[in-house]
Amino acid sequence: MMATAEAAIGDLAHAHHEERSFIRTYIFSTDHKIIGIQFLFSSLFFLLVGGLMAALIRWQLGFPGEAVPGGDVISLKFYNALVTMHGTVMVFYAVMPLLVGAFANFLIPLKIGAPDMAFPRLNMVSFWLFLSAGIVAMSSLWVEGGAAGSGWTAYPPLSGVGSYTGASLGQQLWIISIVIFGASSLLGSVNYITTVINMRAPGMTLFRMPLSIWAIFITAILALLAVPVLAAAVIMLLFDQVLGTTFFLPADGGQPLLWQHLFWFFGHPEVYILILPAMGIVSDILANGSRKPVFGYHSMVYAIITIAFLGWIVWGHHMFQSGMNPLLGTTFMISTMAIAIPSAIKVFNWLGTMWRGNIRFHTPMLMAIGFVALFTVGGLSGIFMASAAVDIFIHDTYFIVAHIHYVLFGGSLMAAFAAIYFWFPKMFGRMMSETWGKVHFALTFITYNLAFFPMHLLGMGGHMRRIADPTQYEFLRPLQPINKFITISVFLLLLAQLPFVINFFWSMFKGRKAPLNPWQDNGLEWTIPSPAPHGNFAVAPTVYRGPYEYSSPDVEEDFLPQNVPLKGGAEASA
Amino acid sequence: MGWLPAAASTYAADLDAIFYVILAITGVIFVGVEVTLLFFVIKYRGREGRKAAYIEGSNKAEVIWTLTPALIIVGIAIASQLVWSRVKNPENFPTGALELRIEGRQFAWGITYPGIDGILGTEDDFTKYGELHVPVDRPVSFELTSADVIHSFFVPEFRIKQDAVPGLITRAWFEATRVGEYELACAELCGVAHTLMKAKVIVHPQAEFDTWVAEQSAAS
Repeated sequence: MMATAEAAIGDLAHAHHEERSFIRTYIFSTDHKIIGIQFLFSSLFFLLVGGLMAALIRWQLGFPGEAVPGGDVISLKFYNALVTMHGTVMVFYAVMPLLVGAFANFLIPLKIGAPDMAFPRLNMVSFWLFLSAGIVAMSSLWVEGGAAGSGWTAYPPLSGVGSYTGASLGQQLWIISIVIFGASSLLGSVNYITTVINMRAPGMTLFRMPLSIWAIFITAILALLAVPVLAAAVIMLLFDQVLGTTFFLPADGGQPLLWQHLFWFFGHPEVYILILPAMGIVSDILANGSRKPVFGYHSMVYAIITIAFLGWIVWGHHMFQSGMNPLLGTTFMISTMAIAIPSAIKVFNWLGTMWRGNIRFHTPMLMAIGFVALFTVGGLSGIFMASAAVDIFIHDTYFIVAHIHYVLFGGSLMAAFAAIYFWFPKMFGRMMSETWGKVHFALTFITYNLAFFPMHLLGMGGHMRRIADPTQYEFLRPLQPINKFITISVFLLLLAQLPFVINFFWSMFKGRKAPLNPWQDNGLEWTIPSPAPHGNFAVAPTVYRGPYEYSSPDVEEDFLPQNVPLKGGAEASA
Repeated sequence: MGWLPAAASTYAADLDAIFYVILAITGVIFVGVEVTLLFFVIKYRGREGRKAAYIEGSNKAEVIWTLTPALIIVGIAIASQLVWSRVKNPENFPTGALELRIEGRQFAWGITYPGIDGILGTEDDFTKYGELHVPVDRPVSFELTSADVIHSFFVPEFRIKQDAVPGLITRAWFEATRVGEYELACAELCGVAHTLMKAKVIVHPQAEFDTWVAEQSAAS
């Protein structure tokens, strides 16, 4: 009897231990690679949600007032909720965690030769806070009054008084989700910065770091300084809503414009938080695909730092028409225009990287080339808005919608796709299908442009953003065929993601086993098995050179990994 | 190029000119970059047994593509500043303008006219919702504010956009150059019926405008 009971307890304990072990390994994991993959799955889920919201928005704009196939007519109130949540989900819960959550986590230790992050437990907390924030944001869709309806920029007084939008609780949940998100982002940033500063392998000097890591490092500093400003602002907004304060409400002397200053003081660095990691990843992949060193590595690093610095003094360009003193408009116009310089440097250096290369068109490379092609459009269209004079007309029109989507979809998301195809074998030990990857690239690139390029024309026609029914306006009615065309293109763009989704999940289980170094890359991550074991490197690697020694005259192959000593060279003794 | 709405204010053509200059400059850069990209993709496509040139960069190239964009944007900034200052800096507003007071509220535009005496704040002022009547070829200057949330005063043909902020009075102006009817839209998300927040803009010949004011004053 005793023995049986003991055995049973033993079994239970054993079973319990097994369960703990699974939970510790895959759910409450402290391994940066698992956390990176957790961020990847959740952000791809949110990307899908944001995409479906976009589809509903586009349905309403293409076919205003018509019932969604198999559903109802989209009400004006729900339309505002969709616009708000599409922006919120895409910025905070899809693109940022995809680049800054998934790939920062996954790549930093692997690429600098560290066993894990500096603070693995904080890292775990960061992910779970992020997921909670996302769930809070999503849950607001089902509460009384619906989700927030004041745009992802949440300008008060609209966002400060429930009766203005009819979505009191939704707006409060939006605020709470942003606060939780902010905490997650801070923990992540502290971790990334500390890890990069303290945990680089011997020989991995700052100027031997890949540009992806440089970009993530600088991005983490931006996020560390910018996100608390947003957190403070949304807490003030919450107080306005529930405690009767008037930080942003004109009664009793509050200032609606103060919110815009705080929001964009965060918001513009946020744009660079979303694009800099993409630029870094693309630099890595373009060098690999071109089999050449990144053209002007040092100037690329300085360009990242310059963009990050200038990002702090341009926020007022979002407020040219806000009632801010027009003299400030001049100042912000000049600082904003200055950002064109480091951005141009980056584009020209990417072209320089491909120049006289021996280009391999693997899927990540195609996506990276797509990034350069599309980011160029987004960068150039930014100059229109930077001109305070031209901005008078195109501010708050589809011109800005086109611009932001060229930067965040054509730019950031293309780079994220490139990164997924490139590091998928590292994550799962299997290759994604190249054929379907190329199909995905081609369909996405084409339908993307069909969907977003015409938005420039809408903007030039004066089409306001965030309106639910353009046919209400005489001057917009001639543009309605363009709206229909865009809507159909967006549906095709969404369909074009099917090959990706299928390829992703199919390859995870059935894909070809990944060789040790499938892309013949120089990065440290390819010197260890895939998926990399817990703790990454059996022996801490020694780094002898920068990450871009492709086609070096010193060796016969066209790549020279960072950790391989040159035979007979002085380095070999290191 | 007929993509911008017809220009119907004195400064519309100046804004458009900068728009088209930027379009030309960015258009050339756009074509240059994309064609180069495509050319490189074709010319330097990978072939077996060939190795890429080992080139780490060129300081000369970096200097060229730092200074060239810098010069271009200085030019664009100066041109933009001249127009920006003329349109938005209250010090440069035209004199002898018709003075109005415009207030946005969910979801309508209220326009207060100075009445026959031409002076705001007197007894013969009257307010009309949903219709903005102005004379042609005479500057119209207005105080803009909001009763509730932020709205944005936007008449595409006049190339004027200015936010209406509660608790804040901003000043803006335009001078219509063509008689006709236009639309005044709200360009800032302002609540559930944002898309319906519009008003008619009617530009009259001066005499017709005076008659209209007299009629309205008599009626109110």
